[in-house]
Amino acid sequence: MRNVDFSKLKFNHVAIRNDLLLAREQIVKPILAVAGRKGYCSQDLFAVRLALEEAVNNAYKHGNGRDPEKTIRVKWAVDRHVVVICIEDEGGGFDPAKVPDPRTDENREKPSGRGLMLMKAYMSDLDFNRKGNEVRMVKVRQKTGLAPVG
Amino acid sequence: MSGKDRLLAVTPTEGGGHLVSLSPSKILDELEINRIGRDLKDLISNGARNLIIDFSSVDHLSSSALGMLITIRDQLNSVKGSLKLCSIRPEIYQIFKITSLDRLFSIYPTATQALEDLTGKP
Repeated sequence: MRNVDFSKLKFNHVAIRNDLLLAREQIVKPILAVAGRKGYCSQDLFAVRLALEEAVNNAYKHGNGRDPEKTIRVKWAVDRHVVVICIEDEGGGFDPAKVPDPRTDENREKPSGRGLMLMKAYMSDLDFNRKGNEVRMVKVRQKTGLAPVG
Repeated sequence: MSGKDRLLAVTPTEGGGHLVSLSPSKILDELEINRIGRDLKDLISNGARNLIIDFSSVDHLSSSALGMLITIRDQLNSVKGSLKLCSIRPEIYQIFKITSLDRLFSIYPTATQALEDLTGKP
């Protein structure tokens, strides 16, 4: 991935109760709205939505165990060149290296285990903190259609 | 979306099949996915064996929706039925491709082509 200077990004901070509808209203919609206003193309917006939905769902279900008392914390920024989203849950974390490849013959017919793979496929960069309870996703804007002002 | 909204419409076809048209444009929400899965299971319990699911209205799909489709395919296989998917937009087809599920599911460009394959009639 090309160098991104995170120190120059202006991050928004959101903390919400562990609830998918709240997450959609207060996390997914605002990020997509800002990226749309900044002129990101439909393919970029599709990719960001897909990865965001998967990440929020993972935090809600696997991290916070569907517990409404728990919290999802999100830090996000959108500028002319990148979308950066960090999503943290209150779970014990996991080791992403141990998630099996869902494309292999022995895993292809299993009904779960594709979310992380899709997030990696659609974002430009994706990593986790050491504990494995916070994902950081970066989408670098496609070359076409740069908006004239930030 | 309220709980009363229909998430799928079912039309019997030639050859004893059922064409299932999905209504939501975004199949992302866990509750919606569970409802769609439950409705499809009910169809199978009521005797449907050959399902064609039409994705023409779908413009977003999550990994949980893929899991639900795999479960439905398993259920149909266990009763010697079949599942065909059709009219999938290119950006959604890409999700099937990335996850290699294009090799698991029978996917057709249109409902007509899926039906022709089911009935053996051009």
